[in-house]
Amino acid sequence: MGIISSGFHGKRRTGNPALPQGQYETESFPVLTAGPAPYIARADWEFFITTETGQRRAWSWDEFMALPQVDIRTDIHCVTSWSKLGTSWRGVSLDALFEDVETTSEFTTAHSYGGYTTNVPLQDLLDGQAWVAWEFDGEPLERAHGGPARLLVPHLYFWKSAKWVNGIELTPHDVPGFWESNGYHIYGDPWREERYS
Amino acid sequence: MSSLWRVADVVSADPETDSSRTIGLRVDGLNGNLAGQHIDIRLTADDGYTAVRSYSVATAGMDEILEITVDELANGEVSPYLVRDLMVGDRLEIRGPVGGWFVWRPTNPNPVQLIAGGSGIVPLMAMIRAHEASENPSQFRLLYSLKSPESGFYREELLTLSRESRRLVVDYVYTRKVPEGWPSAPKRLSAETLLANILPVHDSPDIFICGQTMFVETITEWLVQAGYPAASIKTERFGGTGGIR
Ligand SMILES: Cc1cc2nc3c(=O)[nH]c(=O)nc-3n(C[C@H](O)[C@H](O)[C@H](O)COP(=O)(O)OP(=O)(O)OC[C@H]3O[C@@H](n4cnc5c(N)ncnc54)[C@H](O)[C@@H]3O)c2cc1C
Repeated sequence: MGIISSGFHGKRRTGNPALPQGQYETESFPVLTAGPAPYIARADWEFFITTETGQRRAWSWDEFMALPQVDIRTDIHCVTSWSKLGTSWRGVSLDALFEDVETTSEFTTAHSYGGYTTNVPLQDLLDGQAWVAWEFDGEPLERAHGGPARLLVPHLYFWKSAKWVNGIELTPHDVPGFWESNGYHIYGDPWREERYS
Repeated sequence: MSSLWRVADVVSADPETDSSRTIGLRVDGLNGNLAGQHIDIRLTADDGYTAVRSYSVATAGMDEILEITVDELANGEVSPYLVRDLMVGDRLEIRGPVGGWFVWRPTNPNPVQLIAGGSGIVPLMAMIRAHEASENPSQFRLLYSLKSPESGFYREELLTLSRESRRLVVDYVYTRKVPEGWPSAPKRLSAETLLANILPVHDSPDIFICGQTMFVETITEWLVQAGYPAASIKTERFGGTGGIR
């Protein structure tokens, strides 16, 4: 046990088993971004997957919308300590996007409009664990939250759920992305409190 | 390693305003910090319950001491304890300093525009102090948005600096109450006021903005619309939903 602060009792808002250690529940939806939010019109939006051999697949907004759409209900956990429980989203599973992609790579880098990057192991993107989401709470995803579309990888800290996502690059090694190069954990499991490197 | 919890001794605790105070922490083996970084503080109750919050470091020294300034949030869990109850001689746990993005390095040759809302001044003050302590000749300008003159942090130091420093210009905007003799009435910060009080686009400043989420969002939006390149703007959000102060 840590050092006890006499007179500190706390509000014990973390008694909920859905909350990882060190998280508190919020009803609002805080916006956290390293810089300004880019503007991307759906007509200009594209989502790509590139493999380690240089193969490239890409979807326009209309092609992306023609893929099977799923509803997702999930908890999200931000490294800055807020968690939001039971959020609802709509989007395309990464399984659908990776269906015809041939790769032996185990690592990926997600790329965003505006230059943001984050690394996620490929196995964390597949098997119903990750989506490209474009609707939140029944409404088109707001620009501040990553609209037109963002990555949604809810089992990792939310900085992995790249806003304004533009594509996934398969990489031969695990290459730290933006926050991972700036002091944050290479993997980011909220249940193991993998906050910082 | 920055991911481990370390023990910090509280070596000073001085009121900054009626609702905030600056706390000095000595951390064995700490080897300074970069201007703009933050630490996490963990408090533990006697039954083992813990709460963790982030606080920016206000200083940028090279030694084992760092300072934070905490603003009390009414009904907050951690900040009232830090502002009212913690005493010199107490110990607590910290993690960090962390962050390599929202930082200013003395080797940076660019002019710098700092924009603070309320307690968002804290990491920007670390940058001002690091700049003053360095030989870096670049121009710094601070725009500090405050509810009232009394709610300003580091008032004496900023006053002295703005009188004596050739490298720093300080501008204030008051949103609820102005100092005596102030030329204008208190008002919400507008895009016009903002743009009239910062380094112009053609100076290509690096811009650091810090405050409550809404403050940071709105200012960033105005700057981008006014033509400041997105890549030149770095932001730090203190959470909460506080409006434009
Ligand atoms: C990187 C970083 C640096 C910071 N630096 C400073 C600093 O230098 N000085 C300072 O005074 N504060 C700073 N903060 C804010 C600080 O971490 C705490 O949020 C603040 O002290 C309130 O904590 P509390 O436990 O008293 O309130 P809580 O009990 O956590 O909050 C009370 C209510 O206020 C709102 N709220 C408060 N904080 C947040 C948040 N982070 N996200 C969402 N909602 C929130 C919520 O609605 C919450 O229910 C910083 C935050 C971050 C992320």
